[in-house]
Amino acid sequence: MRLMELKQKHLLGIEHLSADEIEYILQTAESLEEISKRDIKKVPTLRGKTIVTLFLEPSTRTKTSFELAAKRLSADTLSISKDASSFKKGESLKDAAKTLQAYRVDAIILRHSASGAAEFLSKQTDASVINAGDGCHEHPTQALLDAYTIKKKFGKINGLKIAIVGDILHSRVARSNIFCLTKMGAELSVVAPPTLLPVDVEKLPVKVAFGIEEVLEESDVIYLLRLQAERASENHFPSIREYRRLFGLDADKVKKLKPEAIVMHPGPINRGVEISSTVADLARSYIEEQVTSGLAVRMAVLYLLVGGSS
Amino acid sequence: MSKPVSVLLDKDQLKRALTRIAHEILEHNRGAADVVIVGIQSRGYFLAKRLSENIAGIESAKTPVGALDISLYRDDISTNPQPVLKKTEIDFDLTGKNIVLVDDVLYTGRTIRAAMDALMDLGRPASIQLAVLVDRGHRQLPIRPDYIGKNIPTAIKQRVSVELAEEAGTDQVTLVEADGT
Repeated sequence: MRLMELKQKHLLGIEHLSADEIEYILQTAESLEEISKRDIKKVPTLRGKTIVTLFLEPSTRTKTSFELAAKRLSADTLSISKDASSFKKGESLKDAAKTLQAYRVDAIILRHSASGAAEFLSKQTDASVINAGDGCHEHPTQALLDAYTIKKKFGKINGLKIAIVGDILHSRVARSNIFCLTKMGAELSVVAPPTLLPVDVEKLPVKVAFGIEEVLEESDVIYLLRLQAERASENHFPSIREYRRLFGLDADKVKKLKPEAIVMHPGPINRGVEISSTVADLARSYIEEQVTSGLAVRMAVLYLLVGGSS
Repeated sequence: MSKPVSVLLDKDQLKRALTRIAHEILEHNRGAADVVIVGIQSRGYFLAKRLSENIAGIESAKTPVGALDISLYRDDISTNPQPVLKKTEIDFDLTGKNIVLVDDVLYTGRTIRAAMDALMDLGRPASIQLAVLVDRGHRQLPIRPDYIGKNIPTAIKQRVSVELAEEAGTDQVTLVEADGT
């Protein structure tokens, strides 16, 4: 059965979405992508709606992408970041929710360092809450844009072999992607040092490998995670050099990939750590496509959650 | 249960109506130069493709055909559930062109208003003309069609059902009475 309506008020994570719902979001994004190719890159769909980006953790890409998506749909946008707001004075998320509630905003896009922050916020407000990354928990729109990019390249996700390489333990991108891609039928591997794998990794529907060499030949997609200095201390592995040797992708290793295989990365990339500069600039590196997809997918999410009332 | 009360256009009548409209388009525009045909998703697009084929059969001129989805321009977007988006695919420039906008049924005129706004965002056409298979009346906006397959006076309760071979396997237009009448 084809889904005709997304029965969700918020987008807090991928875990509770069905494969049909994910498919419906991707399909909507496909129709919206064309708008960004026009001379007039704007449609009047969300005229009169107010969308707030509340980013309490640094981010350029995700914030820019959401703001542009909202503007392309003609919504009014308001952006609040940690340094420039009363959060510096210690205002709580709850109080911020109350203030925004008084303005009757239609959606709040939240980035927060605490896992579960988006869910908490969704209980404090009538607005739709979109999780733009909460701690080590989820980053749903990243997973959706990755799925969109993969589907656009291969025409399907089902049956593809996808390896996620890097800090699986602290990565909300990895978590959301594991949920999303397995729901869509991909065969997933996670590649990481044992110290950067979740303790209950065997409960996840994924294969585990301890070096990137193990997955190079079989994979359709190599998904490299950023080595997150702010989350993982160097105690998790001996040295950057060793990490690069075992988990980084460089010009030599890339030669072992299938001709059609692509390389993805959520950005920002650490050139010379998880990905060498040469590899980042190859045609098979889909990092720029991911950014383009991100805009279309976020427009779709805003359209589906903020447009229409049911 | 709804039941069809009458067939308004059968397969042959529908075909003849589209042939006539193709002739009218050529007559009105003095040929097919600078004429482009844009159909509103989904049935308007099927009709647009057929009109373009008809025109090619008459004057051996190729008129470009595009598909327009008007969901993003609807005026009821914040009161109804979001419509399912289809693709807008117009891979030619609209500026300076005479656009023939095609839809299956003309009713309140709101869809056409949305379509005109959508077209204006895509370029600056020389003109927009409107072709519909069925005009059923009950306009709520000052919009009138230039080319009409068939005028059909209807009651608001009734429904005009257009089936086209591309999706329904057969060509037929019927008038359906509302439930319980």
